[in-house]
Amino acid sequence: MQKSLKRYFALFALPTILVFAVIFIIPFILGVYLSFTEFRTVTDASWIGLGNYIKAFSNQDFINALWFTVKFTVVSVITINVFAFLLAVLLTRGARGTHVFRTVFFMPNLIGGIVLGYIWLLILNGILMKFDVTLTFSATYGFWGLVILMNWQLIGYMMIIYIAGIQNVSKEIIEAAQIDGSTRFGILRNVTIPLVMPSITICLFLTLSNSFKLFDQNLALTAGAPSKETSMLALDIYNTFYGSVGWEGVGQAKAVVFFVLVALIALIQLAATRSKEVES
Amino acid sequence: MKKTIIRDTTLSILLFLLACLFLAPVLIVLMNSFKGKFYISDTPFRFPDQTTFIGLKNYTEGVAKTGFFNAFGMSLFITVGSVLIIVLLTAMTAWYITRVKSGFTKMIYYVFVFSMIVPFQMVMFTMTKTVNMLHLDNPVGILLIYLGFGSGLSVFLYSGFVKSIPLEIEEADLIDGCTPVQSFFLVVLPILKPIAITVAILNVMWVWNDYLLPLLVIGSEYRTIPIAIQYLKGGYGSIDMGAMMAMLVLAIVPIIIFYLFCQKYIIEGVVAGAVKG
Repeated sequence: MQKSLKRYFALFALPTILVFAVIFIIPFILGVYLSFTEFRTVTDASWIGLGNYIKAFSNQDFINALWFTVKFTVVSVITINVFAFLLAVLLTRGARGTHVFRTVFFMPNLIGGIVLGYIWLLILNGILMKFDVTLTFSATYGFWGLVILMNWQLIGYMMIIYIAGIQNVSKEIIEAAQIDGSTRFGILRNVTIPLVMPSITICLFLTLSNSFKLFDQNLALTAGAPSKETSMLALDIYNTFYGSVGWEGVGQAKAVVFFVLVALIALIQLAATRSKEVES
Repeated sequence: MKKTIIRDTTLSILLFLLACLFLAPVLIVLMNSFKGKFYISDTPFRFPDQTTFIGLKNYTEGVAKTGFFNAFGMSLFITVGSVLIIVLLTAMTAWYITRVKSGFTKMIYYVFVFSMIVPFQMVMFTMTKTVNMLHLDNPVGILLIYLGFGSGLSVFLYSGFVKSIPLEIEEADLIDGCTPVQSFFLVVLPILKPIAITVAILNVMWVWNDYLLPLLVIGSEYRTIPIAIQYLKGGYGSIDMGAMMAMLVLAIVPIIIFYLFCQKYIIEGVVAGAVKG
């Protein structure tokens, strides 16, 4: 098999690898290199060492965006996963219409970030108007607005994954626990949760990276307003590149920091939750 | 017995209320799309009445303002085109790098996996400049760009699946005189169908809703639906709320139709994609 297939490299593997190299690998390497240079158009780069990184970290907008993103990610990851798990528990009780409810709860996930942002802009401003303010009045409103939006979008998605996990827990184990006299809550805590740990790993991973990398929703709902207080990292990087001339190098340095953070979070989280997974 | 009935009813009522809460935002947007633009921000939760109802005016104005149908055509072309390319080409690549074992294919596999955790902002600027230089900044070139960014997850999902196919099947083809090309299209591809559906669905959801990539690459000349909607937000943050509501409805309707028809595949695809990913 190997031998005869090997000759077909140009047909099977080359097209994708070539495109992947041009679109991803080269820009990635170029991006790392350019973060140590000053440039306007990529071809005019001159080496300046860590200058861009120093500028990035002394840039108040970036530090604000970093904290805003961290706070937002922590709050959304916790709320989304708690609500999604509870919904999944409710929907695996075999109540009537479960299928319809599942369909409804998942629906927001298919709607794109820009559209979601404007839907919630209408709703949240409508509610806030009763208190004579708007969403961009203070960063606190923008923060909770984004949290609500993210919950609405992702709860259904995570719920689907939790449902699949819960349905995989065998009936025998639950029955054995019942015979042993465990309470409902005891079963949930000591049997179901440890056994759905793989689902928890996936859901934490998806919510973490989706929240941390959020861009479209942020742009549509607040666009960073008031001033730049509700800008998250991705939006701040975008504005650094395209909002001001002469900051391309700093933008690229911010992007490298952003990438390192995303990679670290992903690796640490996967290692931490994987270690808690048990075999049934 | 009676206790369980009460409990089940309470559960159903609770779920019903939650479902209403999930549907409400979309229904409120729908309701407001028939109201005059100056009544929307002030009374978003009131039904249209004789003074506020303006029929389809928001729709006609919004479509004219944003060029919605062109944007819809562009979104459809890019989504269908790039997903077809991704589904076929990454399947071939994944089969090759899984079956031909060498240091090179192993390394390529890990680079594909690595690309999944790299945020778009990391390569946004350099990629845009690169594709400008290569003249890929047009509706056809963007299909290749999507192949580049979509290949990480797709190759990863396909590779996991290919590993589970017994090698004997392909070896038998070889003995029967099949070339690898025949073997791939006649035998392997049909086996890959379930994971191909997952790959297709995950990529459709991503490409259809993607905003930043098409904006940077072709945004100066062409609009996709998300770009057209964002375009309604003029300078200084002013928004024509009437046109906005109508365009949001037009953006959501195709997604809902797609969802209702392919619901089973979408939910299964998402679960399969997540579990493997």
